[in-house]
Amino acid sequence: MKNSSPVWKSLKLGLIVLIGLVIYAYGFQVTQVSLDEISSPRRQESLTRVLRALAHPDILAYDKKEFAVNTPVYVPCPAGSVSLPEPDTSGPYMVMTPSCAEPRSDVHVEGFNFEPTTTGRVYFIPPSEVTLNMGEFQTDTEGHFAIDAKIPPRPAEEIQNIRAITQQNIGSPHLTQTAYDTWNKIIETVFLALLATTFGIMLAIPISFFAARNLMKDVTSTLSSLALSLIGWPAGIWLGAQFAGRVGEFSATLTTGPWVDLASILVSAVIVYLMLRWALPQEEQQAPGLGTRAARLLVLFLAALVSVLLLFLLTKLGVTVGDSLELHLGSFSFLGSFVFSLSDILNLLITTLVALATGGLVSAIAGRLGKMVFIRLSGQPAARLAVNMLLGALAGAALFVLVGAGINWFYEINDPQKIYYIPGLVGALLGVLAALLTRNEDILPIGLVIYYITRTILNALRSIEALIMVIVFVVWVGIGPFAGVLALSLHTIAALSKLYSEQVESILAGPLEAIKATGATRLQTIIYAVIPQIIPPYISFTMYRWDINVRMSTIIGFAGGGGIGFLLIQNINLLNYRAASAQMLAIAVVVAMMDMLSSYMRERVV
Amino acid sequence: MLQVKNLTKIYEGGVLALDNVSFEVPDGQFLAVIGLSGSGKSTLLRCINRLIDPTGGQILWNGEDVTAASEEELRRIRRKIGMVFQHFNLVHRSSVITNVLAGRLGYVNPAWSLVNRFPKDDVEKAKKQLARVGIADKADQRADELSGGQQQRVGIARALMQDPEMILADEPVASLDPVLAHSIMQYLELFNQEDGVTVLCSLHFLDLVHRYADRVVALNEGKLVFDGPPGEIDDKRFKEIYGKDAERVG
Repeated sequence: MKNSSPVWKSLKLGLIVLIGLVIYAYGFQVTQVSLDEISSPRRQESLTRVLRALAHPDILAYDKKEFAVNTPVYVPCPAGSVSLPEPDTSGPYMVMTPSCAEPRSDVHVEGFNFEPTTTGRVYFIPPSEVTLNMGEFQTDTEGHFAIDAKIPPRPAEEIQNIRAITQQNIGSPHLTQTAYDTWNKIIETVFLALLATTFGIMLAIPISFFAARNLMKDVTSTLSSLALSLIGWPAGIWLGAQFAGRVGEFSATLTTGPWVDLASILVSAVIVYLMLRWALPQEEQQAPGLGTRAARLLVLFLAALVSVLLLFLLTKLGVTVGDSLELHLGSFSFLGSFVFSLSDILNLLITTLVALATGGLVSAIAGRLGKMVFIRLSGQPAARLAVNMLLGALAGAALFVLVGAGINWFYEINDPQKIYYIPGLVGALLGVLAALLTRNEDILPIGLVIYYITRTILNALRSIEALIMVIVFVVWVGIGPFAGVLALSLHTIAALSKLYSEQVESILAGPLEAIKATGATRLQTIIYAVIPQIIPPYISFTMYRWDINVRMSTIIGFAGGGGIGFLLIQNINLLNYRAASAQMLAIAVVVAMMDMLSSYMRERVV
Repeated sequence: MLQVKNLTKIYEGGVLALDNVSFEVPDGQFLAVIGLSGSGKSTLLRCINRLIDPTGGQILWNGEDVTAASEEELRRIRRKIGMVFQHFNLVHRSSVITNVLAGRLGYVNPAWSLVNRFPKDDVEKAKKQLARVGIADKADQRADELSGGQQQRVGIARALMQDPEMILADEPVASLDPVLAHSIMQYLELFNQEDGVTVLCSLHFLDLVHRYADRVVALNEGKLVFDGPPGEIDDKRFKEIYGKDAERVG
């Protein structure tokens, strides 16, 4: 029944207002909104102090010199009349009235001919030469001051002194140490953002294709092919690691000079190019025969072998060259150390990359084999089912044992029965079950599965702020900008992949269809139909992310990630607000400049 | 020779787009496919090169089963079938010459495509095709800087790059004005007659059908309702194809 009488309506409105009131009242309580604190004089005083400090960033300063003016006095007044020397009125001088006084009595001190509008202090100096504070003064525009002060309880027979000390600026203003530190750190910050953005883009571009629904939804696979790919992946990784390891060991035994290295790199590059030209003809009208294919595979394998060797030699050469550049380049030695560490990192990465590539290759070949088996057996459902069950069981077992090993790594169960045998059995059973279920349905939507997995991982990563990620990286690589680079890169990958993939999803389908219709492979379709369409939005999102990364890199130091934030949080904790102010100013300037730069570039490029 | 046997396509959601369609096209024929919007013309053409996977039936081309082809075989089949689209489907931000060269993708090795390399012969050929459709001077412009008629010519040049034995044209002139429509249709006719390319062309206007086609097949709600020479379409046939309320225009 629809009740819409005016009474009911106003009751409903009243209820909504009441609920709103309760929500905000609770909000006030939990966030501890307090007008008392805002208006308390003590808080206001601290606020004033901090704001004034912030308004005086510690950037420029003068060298200071102390300047003292003495006036002799008697405390207490001597018995006879002793005359004090007349003050020299050509320079700054002080007059105390009365000219002699009892301890603890009030006196009036006047100063003349001081620096105009400067501050200083008046001290009482007994014969022991300790300085006893009598008060502060500020001179007027004519260099005159007058204060009322009390004589300290230090009676003595001989003449004592009162001394006015002012500080005078010498020479021209110069940059403070804080300014230098801030400059160094702000440079670090900008490059932190640059590296994080670059690393992020490099991984986000390929990942974004896996997270694009329109590209992935057509990727399907038969169970046999999927199962063989799943088995082929870890097997290929193992094979690739072995292969690269052997080649690496071999290349390490080649102890030659850099010139021989360079020559062999050039020669092997030419050899690889020629082999590729032969093994990958640009166009073919007919499908090649079995013999030709085998020969090509062999040559491709040789080319891979020579390329891996070439990479190892290249990194070795890079290390040598970087090392000597570092020694000889003087103030540009960082270039040498860049070459050195880049080569060193590459050297470590080669094995991993080769292993991953071999994994992908073996997986692809195994998948193709699976498909061939599937097509061969198209007339025999029983045989096909048997093959599917066998392969499904194997793949399921392999997958679950891998997952079990992963779980074991986290929780250290170390019981082979729990982590290998039972999951293996369960996986095998699930594989058989999958084979039984997919008997009639030939094609599995593997692309969509990958799409959902990628999306889930990206969403999870994106929900963790880089400021939190950096905590883990600080434990791994230590406090400093490198941890910040890693954390920001990871967050950039997650965020950019999402943005990029949405752009891939919104491209025009027509060109995609047209390129597919020419007989292009999936890879060619991406290169000729997808990439030209996504370049402008990719550039624009990269700029946007660059802006975010500059902002983030200024505070990533709060959690130990290096950059200017590290300095800023230190100074805030030390209550050194003038230094903190310098750093805040630097952040504002850099962020504004990067904003302008990126909007200018966006206009030019897009 | 193209043989379509009992072709059926049911889309997800149960829409029956093609219902048991069978016909044969001998080599070198200019076949027009007519019918109302939504009658299944586009689906039919896309099933032939399997841009859309049919639900049932068989397509044989030169004796080869297209419907059962593996990915590798499909690539070899597709590269011999050029396709021309209503909305041209050019890659807007690429240059005209790149769009034309894309027609060779079925032939070039994917590994070389990674580094955007086409053989020299192909580049020469692309220029020749552009000259053939009369826009040789536009080769280095961006595709979206061209007018509609010029874009469609690029689309035709792209199809010709495939050395096609058959061209599937999906309403190639529906987005163009009548004068341009004739010029585009004349190119298709030229390639049909000079190069002996089989042409399957879906069309809206009957005068174009009468002027260019050797034979017509008509679809209505996914069913084949007419198969014969264009001259046989009289008023009675017309009502069968387009529904009894339809009026002849043009």
